[in-house]
Amino acid sequence: MKSSLVTRVRLKQIEQLIEKDKRLDGRGLSDYREIKIEQGVIEKAEGSARVLLGKTEVLVGTKVETGKPFPDTPNDGVLTVNAELVPLASPDFEPGPPNENSIELARIVDRGIRESKAIDTKKLVIEAGKKVFVVFVDVYVLNYDGNLIDASALAAVAALTNTKMPKYEVKDGEVIIKQGYTPLPMKSHPITVTLGKIKNKLIVDPSLEEERVISARLTMAFNDEGNICAIQKGCPGYFTQEQILEGMKLAQKKAAERRKKMKW
Amino acid sequence: MNEKPEKLIDKKGLRLDGRKTNELRPVKIEVGILPNADGSAYIEHGKNKILAGVFGPREMHPKHLSRPDRMVLRCRYRMAPFSVGERKSPAPSRREIELSKVIRESLEPSLFVEYYPRTGVDVFIEVLQADGGTRCASITAASLALADAGIPMRDLVVACAAGKVEDKVVLDLFDIEDKVGSADVPVAFMPNLNAVTLLQMDGILTPEEFEKAVAMAIDGCRKIYDLQKEALKKKYVILEQEEEVEK
Repeated sequence: MKSSLVTRVRLKQIEQLIEKDKRLDGRGLSDYREIKIEQGVIEKAEGSARVLLGKTEVLVGTKVETGKPFPDTPNDGVLTVNAELVPLASPDFEPGPPNENSIELARIVDRGIRESKAIDTKKLVIEAGKKVFVVFVDVYVLNYDGNLIDASALAAVAALTNTKMPKYEVKDGEVIIKQGYTPLPMKSHPITVTLGKIKNKLIVDPSLEEERVISARLTMAFNDEGNICAIQKGCPGYFTQEQILEGMKLAQKKAAERRKKMKW
Repeated sequence: MNEKPEKLIDKKGLRLDGRKTNELRPVKIEVGILPNADGSAYIEHGKNKILAGVFGPREMHPKHLSRPDRMVLRCRYRMAPFSVGERKSPAPSRREIELSKVIRESLEPSLFVEYYPRTGVDVFIEVLQADGGTRCASITAASLALADAGIPMRDLVVACAAGKVEDKVVLDLFDIEDKVGSADVPVAFMPNLNAVTLLQMDGILTPEEFEKAVAMAIDGCRKIYDLQKEALKKKYVILEQEEEVEK
């Protein structure tokens, strides 16, 4: 049986390598694994993207439907992010309702998109206070090999840029969906970078085995202007104040590097 | 929802509730107020009213969740239906589940979990009234409740938020500032270890503003830390005196 347990020898090996600024898979401390993005893989979804981050694989599909706006934001469309840790992706994932890990994952992805104002929600309003478009972003983890956050956040943004909205007209208060599509109005493309702390050193994009060793995790999302739009610290460990600033600078650099490679 | 106020900071640089940008809300803390809990604390942070109760170390239920080499810390953060303007459904929201997780992870680094193998410690946090910054006030109270329960710890964990309101970095946002303001950065901190155990952010900040906000939040943490220690001493110093009288 495959197991997600990592032996103590292996843990020690990872730690000893990190002290020499090396990693098990040959990467430097601030290197990402290879990233592959494929958009439009699910034809029936309004938008979709599959992201491979090393062996971590995430599929995101978006659906656009009409619904009611929230009472406190009558002039905005609605964004809903959900994440599923599908049991076939890892022996650690169990069937059942979302647990705290999948909820945290969904909320981090949500925060990056929402706070960077990635979607122009004002343009999703059909009738203020009554009818708006609701964008559902469903994150489906297909293989778990560490750093689900970055893979999911990237796949979500890739799927959103790939999302098409149905054309419509309003007749006698009824919404009639017409032939043809327009792209989902996007204002920003947030980039999310996750760091781990091992032996007081910061590493970028922790793999599954490294995730078992890190004492703390730091995720930061950056908008188009390079400003920070979301942060989440995770794992029961800590960072010093200096490490947080060091981490911010590292994450900022990695986000800028990745942005250059993106087509959007 | 209330009408949006036009200005969150007036010409004199004062905020809606009359505070300066780097001023905390009044904080009142009491330790050991729940007779049935092993440890407890109550905090009033501005209009936030929060109870924290700790049970354990005790036998773990369900048993298979216990660990042979350490105790398991569990944490449940809940908001009362009447704690906010519009009734909150008593069903656990995704927000509450996430906060329970990050609060647990902010408290765990302070504890010597290896001292109590096979046991469980439960932290229950009930927000009776919420007015912005409940996760921070919850952490401050929960850490005191853990200390009150006599669980060995490296340091108390104290939390405070900073954020951005009208282009200014300000300390300790309350409800309206949190909703209308442009960013919120909650930070939990162990002052003696210079360890940040919780860090989150929503909104938009430049890297410079973020650096300033973290420094300001940590400053706020240090101030609340003094109140925390005072509250703990208040319970136990009085107890010690009573014991001496009895002798």
